[in-house]
Amino acid sequence: MSALRSFLDKQGEMFHKGGKLEKLYPLYEALDTFAYTPGIKATGNTHVRDSIDLKRTMISVVFALTPAILFCLYNTGYQANAAMAANGMEAIGWRADIIRMIGLGFDPGNFIHNFVYGALWFFPVFLVTQIAGGTCEVIFSIIRKHEVNEGFLVTGMLYPLTLPPTIPLWQVAVGIIFGVVIGKEIFGGTGKNIFNPALTGRAFLFFAYPAQISGDAVWTAVDGYTGATMLGQAAAGGMDAITYSWNDAFIGLVPGSMGETSTLMCLLGAGFLIMTGIGNWRIMLSMLLGMVGMSFFLNTIGSETNPMFAVTPEWHLVMGSFAFACVFMATDPVSASMTNTGRLVYGALIGVLGVLIRVVNPAYPEGWMLAILFMNSMAPLIDYFVVERNIKRRMARYV
Amino acid sequence: MKIKQLVLDPIVKDNPIALQILGICSALAVTVQLKNVFVMCAAVTLVVAFANMGVSLIRNHVPSSIRIIVQMTIIASLVIVAEQFLKAFVFDQWKTMAVYVGLIITNCIVMGRTEAFGMKNGPIESFFDGIGNGLGYSFILIVVGFFRELFGSGKLFGMTVFELTKDGGWYQANGLMLLPPSAFIIIGVIIWLIRTYDPSQVEESN
Repeated sequence: MSALRSFLDKQGEMFHKGGKLEKLYPLYEALDTFAYTPGIKATGNTHVRDSIDLKRTMISVVFALTPAILFCLYNTGYQANAAMAANGMEAIGWRADIIRMIGLGFDPGNFIHNFVYGALWFFPVFLVTQIAGGTCEVIFSIIRKHEVNEGFLVTGMLYPLTLPPTIPLWQVAVGIIFGVVIGKEIFGGTGKNIFNPALTGRAFLFFAYPAQISGDAVWTAVDGYTGATMLGQAAAGGMDAITYSWNDAFIGLVPGSMGETSTLMCLLGAGFLIMTGIGNWRIMLSMLLGMVGMSFFLNTIGSETNPMFAVTPEWHLVMGSFAFACVFMATDPVSASMTNTGRLVYGALIGVLGVLIRVVNPAYPEGWMLAILFMNSMAPLIDYFVVERNIKRRMARYV
Repeated sequence: MKIKQLVLDPIVKDNPIALQILGICSALAVTVQLKNVFVMCAAVTLVVAFANMGVSLIRNHVPSSIRIIVQMTIIASLVIVAEQFLKAFVFDQWKTMAVYVGLIITNCIVMGRTEAFGMKNGPIESFFDGIGNGLGYSFILIVVGFFRELFGSGKLFGMTVFELTKDGGWYQANGLMLLPPSAFIIIGVIIWLIRTYDPSQVEESN
């Protein structure tokens, strides 16, 4: 280990002020602090001493995401293999060639086959995200002369999980560049963004290239195969049209965006986030209550023309990306409300809005991305009213 | 003030859209195609210039209490003239823009300039101030229109630049660029660039 330390120190000279590669200091710094705890201590009289810093916060979210990522690898492969087996289709393309080259097959019952095939779909998307988004991040930190922030690590994990497996890679790159630059850097970088950067990138793709991120043809990684998601089925024919069981949907063995299908894995992540205090339980709980309340309300009203009204709250919970949005997207500490009361309002309104978009708006089958982005823009306003109310209350106490 | 300053300042230094944030509604509405952009820009520039001059000519005879109504009357008359002109000479273009030409009346830039400049300065300065602000408006609209038409439909002035995938080409049209919010995003980026170039435009943070 000390060899690595002295190597880094030796190379470091080049990057410090006056060195040859002075401009690339952020890159060196990122690598150095990735490997070692920085030796700089806080100075001055008062500061909070806490074991948790930005880096540890971010890595905790990555840990919380691990179950969802692992399941995403399995399910992406499983959905593709199952669809091919059921329809007697043949896998084509470079991914299929790799599978054949390493001697694996396309058996939907085989765990390894599914896992590896899924990985071959997920990792290209993941790598493109990291390279394209990371490059933007580094360019901005060089121009602005600050260190590379760990924030992108999480954005770059969340973003590929929200995409369908068949998405063209150039669109992945365009989307994440938009998300990082317009969603985050324009506002001043990590910690200053008003919108969730991962969702900003996804929303861009959703409106710019709707054919590759919505509809029925994109959710299963088989060329030419068309299979609706549960939301698509429910929107077309109501509860009777759903061909998956509740248990399958809860575990996540359904087609959909790569990492979002499994409610169970998101719950595991939620447990970890709440336990470590990284994710806020108030937002998750109030969003859940808002969703249940609103869907129950719409369910009670009923509608003869819109089959989505018939979907009950427990199905709303497992369909689409509710769990993923609730646990990982809405709780983003930067773009959510900061006060405790504000968090309750913020979460509840996301829940209500998301169901409204899902059920009432025929153009968008899924509503959480838009609901969260909309509430992101409202979060400062909610906080403002909470703070004002608090000031009023305390003024009244001392008059 | 010098005429040159009056005409050139509003383009970057004191841009009506990027700094004063006026007239953004029409910047969203007519920027899908560059052809429409140019027609709109010409109409707005001439209306601002002549309205500004007209208001300036009678500024000493208008009672302050009804000045807004008088300004509106002048602006509205000019817009009707512009609209009739477009109907007569570029009817096809007018058809695609229709209501937005009439809505020049409500464009905040026109009213803003007559009230802020025309009421206080001589007719010649006012005319050139109108031209300058019209050019500032045009500059933003042309940039927005350029990107929206190029990326949204792969064309410029209706001529194909990028062959679209649906016609067998390589470029996949960006649907976002056809939606009005994309103009907001592009205007935002322009404001960002202008303020990076000229930091004195950045508001002080509180």
